[in-house]
Amino acid sequence: MSTTHTRDTVAAGPPPDGTRRPRPLNSAFSRTAPNRPLLGALGIAGLLALWELAPRLGAVPERYFPPVSEVLATLAERATTAPFWEAVGHTLYGWALGLGIALAAAILLGFALGAAPRLRAFTTSTVDFLRPIPSVALIPLAVLVYGTDIRSTLLLVVYACFWLIYIQVLYGVADVDPVAEQTARSYGLGRLARIRYVVWPTTLPYLMTGLRLAAAVGLILSITAQLIIGSPGIGDQITNAQQGGAVALVYAWIVATGILGVVINIGVRALERRVLRWHTSVRGEAAA
Amino acid sequence: MSRPTTVEPGTTGAAGTGSPPAGTAPARRTRRRPGAPGPGLRLLHVLALPALIVGVYWAVTAQPGAGFYTPTPAAIASAFADLWFSERFFVDVLPSLGRLLTGFAIAAVLGVGLGVLLGLDARVRATIEPVLEFLRAIPPPVLVPLMIMLAGIDDSMKIMVIVFGCVWPVLLNTVEGVRAVDPVLSDTARCYGVSGLTRLRVLVLRSAGPQIMAGLRLALALAIILMVISEMFASSSGLGFAIVQFQRTFAIPEMWAGMVLLGVIGFVLSSLFELVEGRVLGWYRGLRAANRGE
Amino acid sequence: MNHQNHQPNHQGERPAMLKVTGLQKIYNGGATAVEAVRDLTFELAEGELVCLVGPSGCGKTTLLKCIAGLMAPTGGTVELADRPVLAPPPGMAVVFQEYGRSLFAWMSVRDNVELPLKEKKLPKARRTELVTESLEAVGLTGFADSYPWQLSGGMQQRVAIARAIAYEPQVLLMDEPFAAVDAQTRADLEDLVREIWQRLGVTVLFVTHDIDEAVYLGERVLVLSNSPTVVQDDITVDLPVERDQLTTRQDERFTDLRARVYAQIQRAKRGTDQPVA
Repeated sequence: MSTTHTRDTVAAGPPPDGTRRPRPLNSAFSRTAPNRPLLGALGIAGLLALWELAPRLGAVPERYFPPVSEVLATLAERATTAPFWEAVGHTLYGWALGLGIALAAAILLGFALGAAPRLRAFTTSTVDFLRPIPSVALIPLAVLVYGTDIRSTLLLVVYACFWLIYIQVLYGVADVDPVAEQTARSYGLGRLARIRYVVWPTTLPYLMTGLRLAAAVGLILSITAQLIIGSPGIGDQITNAQQGGAVALVYAWIVATGILGVVINIGVRALERRVLRWHTSVRGEAAA
Repeated sequence: MSRPTTVEPGTTGAAGTGSPPAGTAPARRTRRRPGAPGPGLRLLHVLALPALIVGVYWAVTAQPGAGFYTPTPAAIASAFADLWFSERFFVDVLPSLGRLLTGFAIAAVLGVGLGVLLGLDARVRATIEPVLEFLRAIPPPVLVPLMIMLAGIDDSMKIMVIVFGCVWPVLLNTVEGVRAVDPVLSDTARCYGVSGLTRLRVLVLRSAGPQIMAGLRLALALAIILMVISEMFASSSGLGFAIVQFQRTFAIPEMWAGMVLLGVIGFVLSSLFELVEGRVLGWYRGLRAANRGE
Repeated sequence: MNHQNHQPNHQGERPAMLKVTGLQKIYNGGATAVEAVRDLTFELAEGELVCLVGPSGCGKTTLLKCIAGLMAPTGGTVELADRPVLAPPPGMAVVFQEYGRSLFAWMSVRDNVELPLKEKKLPKARRTELVTESLEAVGLTGFADSYPWQLSGGMQQRVAIARAIAYEPQVLLMDEPFAAVDAQTRADLEDLVREIWQRLGVTVLFVTHDIDEAVYLGERVLVLSNSPTVVQDDITVDLPVERDQLTTRQDERFTDLRARVYAQIQRAKRGTDQPVA
C-alpha cells in the first residue's frame, strides 16, 4: 500500500542524500556536534602559545612569568633526578595512606551508625559541628605533637577526607529502598546478606562520590602539610624553590602538581566507572 | 526523576565535569521521620555526645602531669575570651574574614559568569575543557609561594590565592548545571518568548541553582583553608599568622583558642551558607521530596 | 485513496489560521539520514479544533516542534495567520506532555502563568486580571501561591493550560497533553479543553495517540501515516457541539468514527513494510 502523494513542495524537496542543512534555528537538533578532541587540542595549543608569547613579547615581565618552554625544560630536567621522584613519592604516600585510612574508617563507622539510627541520632550534632572545621586548623597541633613526621600529613589528610566520605556513606545507607529491603527480608536474606546485596550496592555510588571528592581534597592537604609544616614532599620542594628565587622551578612544580592532579582525577573516575558499571548514571554517560 | 543524576544541596556534589554526581541525599531531612523524638530526647541527642567528649577531655587534661600541649577546656576558654574579645579581633580576625569573603565573592561571580558562557556554547566548552581540567587539578596551595613572588605578602596575594582556588568548583558545577537545563523547559521558555537576560535569570540560573550552590559550598570550604594557609605561609597579620605565632612561642592555650576560633568560623560560615541555600533552593528540596513520595 | 488534500469542507468558510505546506523533516544523524516527516500539508481554519492522531513513532512530536517554530523543517513551510513561522511566534502557545518538566519548579503557579505575560510587556493590572481569569477557567483559583510540585499531575497540567490561555494565543498547540495523567483526570481535562475552546474561540491543534480522545475532542481528525509521515486521512467529526463523556461516547456516530480512525491507523501501521523511496 502506498501512502505517497508526490507533488512539488514549496521547498522543491531536498537532495536525495538529505545533506541539505536545516535553517540554523537555535535548536538542539540543528546544532552539529563539535569535534571535541580537535577543539580541545586547539585550546591547549592556544594556552601554550599564549604562555610562550606573552613573556617573549614583553606583555608580562619575563622575570615572573617565564615562557612555557623554559618551564617545561626545567620540569623535564628535574624529572630525570631522584629527588624529584622522591618528593612526588612522599606526597603520594601521604595522600594514599591518609585516603585509605579515611576510607576504611568512614565505611566502618558509616555502616555501623547507618544501621543503628537510634545511636546515630546522638552523633548528628557532633558531626555537624566537626565537619565544617577546616582541617588546616589542626596544623599547629600537628606540628607540636608530630613535628615534620608523616603523621602530621596523615592527620590533616585523614581529617579532611573522613568527613567527605563518611557523610556520603550515611546518605547512601539512608537511601536504601524500603521495598528492596522488605523484598530481601521476605526472601529470608540474613543481616549480612542484606548488607551485601541491598545496602552495599545502594551505598556504592554515594561512596564513590565521596571518594572522588576526597581524592582531590586529600592531595591538596598532603601538599599543604608539606608547604606549611615542611614535611618532605612536593610542597617542601616548592617552598625551597621559592625561597631560592627559582621562578621557573616554582612553575615547573606547579605544572607537575597539575599533571598529578589530572592523573588522580582520571584514575578515580576510571575506578568509579568500573565499580559502578551497572549503574544508570554511568551507563547513560557511556552511551552519550 | 532518577536520583543518581541529581545534586543535593548540602553536599559538595559535582565537583568534576563529565560524570554526574552519584546521588546524594538530604543532609538535614533525616530527622523528619514518623515517630520523631520529643523535644526532651531531641535535646539529649544534641547535647549528650558533645558533653561526654568535653567531659572526658576535661577529666584527662585536669590530671596533674597531663600533656603540656593539651590545656583544660577552662584554660582554653579563658584564653579565648582574653584574646578574641579584645582589639585583636579587629586586628587579626576581621581582615582575615574580609579577605576570605572578598576572594569567595570574586570567585563566585567569575565562576558563575564563565560557567554560564561555557555551559551555553558547546564549541567554546569543547575548546576550553582540557585546559580547565588541568587548571582545576592544580592543588591551590601550591600557588601561595608563587603569588608571594608575584604580589608580595599583601592582601591582593591572599585574595588571588583564594580566587584561584575557589573558582574551579563553581565554574565546573555551573557548566554542568547550565548544560542540564531541561530541554522541555527550554522549549517552553522559547515558545513563550522568554529570551535573553530574562531567560538567563528565570530559567538558566535557577535551573542550574542546585549545582551552582553545591559548587559554592565546596568553594567556601576551600576559601577558609586557603585563607589560613596563605596567612600561615607568609604573612604579618591575620588569624592564620596569629595561630602560627602562638604555636612557635609555645603559647599553648592561645594556640588552642585560635584553633577553636577557626572551627567556630568554619561552623558559622557553613551554617550561614545553609540558611542562604535553604532560601534559594527551597523549591528544589520540595521538588525532591515530592518526587521521592511518588 | 488519499483524503488529505484540501477537501472543500467547512474550513472554506473561515480564513485559514494555521497552514502547513509540504512539510518535510530529515534528521542528519551522521552517516544516515532519517526522514521523519515526508510531506505534510494541512490547514486549520480560524477557531477550529483539530486532532492529529497517528501510530506511535510517526513523527507527531517532530511535526509539532516544526509548527511551534522550535525546529527548522528541512523543507516546506508553516504559516500562522499568513506569516511564515521561522521562530516561536508570539501568537502561539504550546502545552507539552511532560507537565512536570514544562513548569518552572522554582516559581509559584501564579508566577508560572504570569512570566510569559511579563515578557509580552503587559501592564501589571492586565497581567493580574489574565492570571486570575485563566486560573479560574482551569479551576485552580485557590492554588496561585502553590508550587507546581505541590500539585497532582492533573493539576500541574491545568497550570500549563492556564499559562497557555492567559497568553491569549491565536493558536494553541497541545502535544499529547494528557498522555501522562490518570484516566479520570484525563476525562475532566478533555472536557476542560472543549470548554475553553468554545469560550475563547481559539484555534486548537491537539496531538494525541488516543483514537477515542481524538474523536471526542475534535471537529476534525487528521490521521498521520507511519514515518516518514504524510497525512493519511482527514475525517470531519460531525458530532454535536455539546459533548459529554457518557452520552457522546455511546453515540453510534462516535463509534463509527472511531472505527474509521482505527482502521486508518491500522493501515498506517502496515505501511511500515513499504520500501522507503
